[in-house]
Amino acid sequence: MKLTTLLATAAMALGMATAGVAQDKTKVGFVYVGPVGDGGWTYEHDKGRQAVEAEFGDQVETVFVESVPEGPDSERVMTQMALDGADLIFTTSFGYMDPTINVAKKFPKVKFEHATGYKTAPNVSVYSARFYEGRAVQGHIAGKMTKSNVVGYIGSYPIPEVIRGINSAYIHAKKVNPDVEFKIVWAYTWFDPAKEADAAKVLIEQGADVILQHTDSTAPQAAAQDAGNVITFGQASDMSEYAPMPRVSSIIDNWAPYYIARTKAVMDGSWESVNTWDGIAQGMVEIGEISDAVPADVKEEALAMKAAMADGSYHPFTGPLNKQDGSDWLAEGETADDGTLAGMNFYVEGLDGEIPQ
Amino acid sequence: MIVLEKRPQPSQAWSLATPIVAVLATMFFGGLLFAALGKNPVESIMTIFWEPLFGEFSFYYRPQLLVKGAPLVLIAIGLSLGFKAGIWNIGAEGQYIMGAIVGAGVGLAFYPLEAWYIFPLMVIGGALGGWAWAMIPAFLKVRFGTNEILVSLMLVYVAEQMLASVSLGLLKNPEGFGFPGSRNFQSYASAYNAELIEGSGMHWGVVAALIAVIFAYVLLNRHMLGFHIRLTGEAPRAARFAGVNPARLILFCLGLAGALAGLAGLFEVSGPSGQITIDFNVGYGFTAIIVAFLGRLHPVGILLAGSLMALTYIGGEIAQSELGLPAAAIQVFQGMLLFFLLAFDLLTNYRLRLALKEVA
Amino acid sequence: MDLSEINPVLLIASLMVAATPLLLAAIGELVVEKAGVLNLGVEGMMIIGAICGFAITVETGSTLFGFVAAAVGGAVLSLLFVLLTQVALANQVASGLALTLFGLGLSALMGQSYVGVKPPSTPELNIPWLSDLPVVGPILFSHDLVLYFGIGLIAVVWAVLKYTRLGLILRAVGENHDAAHALGYKVIRIRVLAIMFGGACAGLGGAYISLVRVPQWTEGMTAGIGWIALALVVFASWKPWRVLLGAYLFGGITVLQLNLQAAGVAIPVEYLAMSPYIITILVLVILSADKSGAPASLGRIFHASH
Repeated sequence: MKLTTLLATAAMALGMATAGVAQDKTKVGFVYVGPVGDGGWTYEHDKGRQAVEAEFGDQVETVFVESVPEGPDSERVMTQMALDGADLIFTTSFGYMDPTINVAKKFPKVKFEHATGYKTAPNVSVYSARFYEGRAVQGHIAGKMTKSNVVGYIGSYPIPEVIRGINSAYIHAKKVNPDVEFKIVWAYTWFDPAKEADAAKVLIEQGADVILQHTDSTAPQAAAQDAGNVITFGQASDMSEYAPMPRVSSIIDNWAPYYIARTKAVMDGSWESVNTWDGIAQGMVEIGEISDAVPADVKEEALAMKAAMADGSYHPFTGPLNKQDGSDWLAEGETADDGTLAGMNFYVEGLDGEIPQ
Repeated sequence: MIVLEKRPQPSQAWSLATPIVAVLATMFFGGLLFAALGKNPVESIMTIFWEPLFGEFSFYYRPQLLVKGAPLVLIAIGLSLGFKAGIWNIGAEGQYIMGAIVGAGVGLAFYPLEAWYIFPLMVIGGALGGWAWAMIPAFLKVRFGTNEILVSLMLVYVAEQMLASVSLGLLKNPEGFGFPGSRNFQSYASAYNAELIEGSGMHWGVVAALIAVIFAYVLLNRHMLGFHIRLTGEAPRAARFAGVNPARLILFCLGLAGALAGLAGLFEVSGPSGQITIDFNVGYGFTAIIVAFLGRLHPVGILLAGSLMALTYIGGEIAQSELGLPAAAIQVFQGMLLFFLLAFDLLTNYRLRLALKEVA
Repeated sequence: MDLSEINPVLLIASLMVAATPLLLAAIGELVVEKAGVLNLGVEGMMIIGAICGFAITVETGSTLFGFVAAAVGGAVLSLLFVLLTQVALANQVASGLALTLFGLGLSALMGQSYVGVKPPSTPELNIPWLSDLPVVGPILFSHDLVLYFGIGLIAVVWAVLKYTRLGLILRAVGENHDAAHALGYKVIRIRVLAIMFGGACAGLGGAYISLVRVPQWTEGMTAGIGWIALALVVFASWKPWRVLLGAYLFGGITVLQLNLQAAGVAIPVEYLAMSPYIITILVLVILSADKSGAPASLGRIFHASH
């Protein structure tokens, strides 16, 4: 017998077996790329999971496996969850894309949700957050508040997600402060607190008085605090333990509303494959409290921008905008389409340096 | 007090019994750990050891044991030959990465051509990539006497940076919307290391691992070279008198270990994993060192040790998901298992004897 | 690109901080290896030190207690290695790797409630006048005490190994344990003490990361520094002052690499990031003419057969 059929039969048998006993319990699985104690990416996804439990109580059962390497290990973990009767599985790292699609083929009855990817299937949805909206707010505050006109930016890897954030922050910093300059350091790691701390220190030593980070640890916050007079923004989680200085605001990944909505959809049978890219409007991207270290007028402008993005009247990538090489990108009033944004691999005009290849 | 007395020769009985005793001890202490974390110890242990082999879904997990264990065994076999001869290659992780990069590069160079010779060429590329990476410490050791432990370890970090580089540049999927990572071999038939029988978990990497076990067994027991390897490890001076050329032995052992690690990388990237990504390597190269020692550097032992490690990985994942055990607890559990296996090995070579106050 | 933006004084000051965890762990391992034992579990002992130091500092509010706890934690974990290699006579390479695995797991279990907690800051030296000196001030007189302790420890290890009877015995044990045993030295006892010293140093190094350099607790936060410390010992060819030099070289290249990037030098980052390792290999090749360093009994099992 073919494995696919075997798996399907097993899943079906299980479905029938459980149907009689606990039909009302929906089982939701989560596959995490890091430990739940990473204080950043995975930590926030796990908070989303806890929110699902809190919302539905006895009606759901959630399971998770942490620190799952991308590749065959993740495929096995997903299969195992599906075999074990999960109705809905969230796979929370870009590298789980192909494994998710593979497993989804074998379990047509189980719903899958893959974070940050682009491949969908009848039973696979993708979801991601428009973090660049939050970056716009950060850029604005950074441009207003920098005295040295040097903003340091710690990138992880040069991928579209990170480049989009840099562009968005730069555009909005430049808008309010034409003299602003961005210094970008690529850490080439997702997670290495010591290296992130070093990167922040280097940027501060080279004159940056604002540090933006696209890595998840609080190491840059601590480095900024040591230096004094440097502001930072929380990344992924609020990092409020560093408020009001150096952390003046933050971008928070809030997956809870989405996870709750999708679980609900599975429960009432209305689940459909969708491609979700939500931002501030839907609450997937939250702007952490802007602290008192930010002047009142700047705070007001930042909140106004946030409100404009929330009601859809403002798009962070609105023309006129040129690419770094000076070529035209967006005409006056034109906004960037999602396709270009999703695969963004160029800097906007004014940024120095090259994207490493 | 208790004293240790070296046995004239290793005890056959104990060498078979110690792994069992060690596993039992791990079950006991692991159970205590799980109980301390508020889980049912019996259920936890059953989930880790029983579920993957005989549980409801074992039809799925058993093949997975092969998928998980094959790279470990393949790499460990290569390493064990070097270890026996006192050549310390601890950089198999780097050789694994380089094998995958070169092999995948060969395959992607042909894309989208479909031809029967692509996969064999990739296999050769993978072996050569790992071999070449291992030849660096080998050459430096032979030529300058440089310590191979350090060089091979350093090259792991270099290889990891290379991996990041090609994932973002050279081998990046041009149709991947700018995301890092290569094309997926699973949708490129000529380059795909598919399961030989669907659902069996048997891919070419598993076959290669089994062949490597047999090859190593024959080499060590029936061949002059194997004798030289053992002799060099046990009595380097005697080996020299016996006409062993140490330089050649170093080149052979490191080269073979590198080639096998490279093969493991190639079979992984073209099969179960499917693509080159920044985080492609998951530590097989380091775990294989442990596997080699758990298997007491014996080919059959390595086969068993690799299977046992694979079992704890898979069982551990099940326990995480079904019982909510944290990944860290599984890691501690694996650590315990290794400790006990290593510690009880003592009984194979030594006898415990109760002695009265020793006469000085 | 503007290289003048790189401030060499600050660069040196921050590379000293970056090098300290490495230095602490490596000097401990140096002593272990001098005694003829190869403990590859440095990473595991470091991370245990990182969480012990962090937890105790948070609970007591005292960084001093934290560092003491880190040293104790590292030493206690190293006792497992002692049990395996000195009592059960297990292979040292495998035991060390197992120790790392165990330490990483255990630290994560211990640290579950400390994620996202901010520790009290570690006081820095601030000597009026001296710390304000240009150039010399930031480099020499404005660090935390542990950094100075690390440098002091190098000096102490160097002096002990070179000038004292204890050092002589330690080296004798590492060079030829059978001969040392025949001379009546307690080989096992000396090795046990050396391993525990190594554990304590690794623990301190780990705590330096979680309390000073980063400071926070996250799982797996040592991110491979223990492995580099191991490399450093060989790089230093078992000479204490070279450990200092090597640690600064390693720390220096990382910091310089980031500095160059921030200054806008367009060198592919991957190649910059691999440069410390390649340079180590090159230095190693140059140094490998010098064969005096490696303890002859390194990694070999000792059992006093009568």
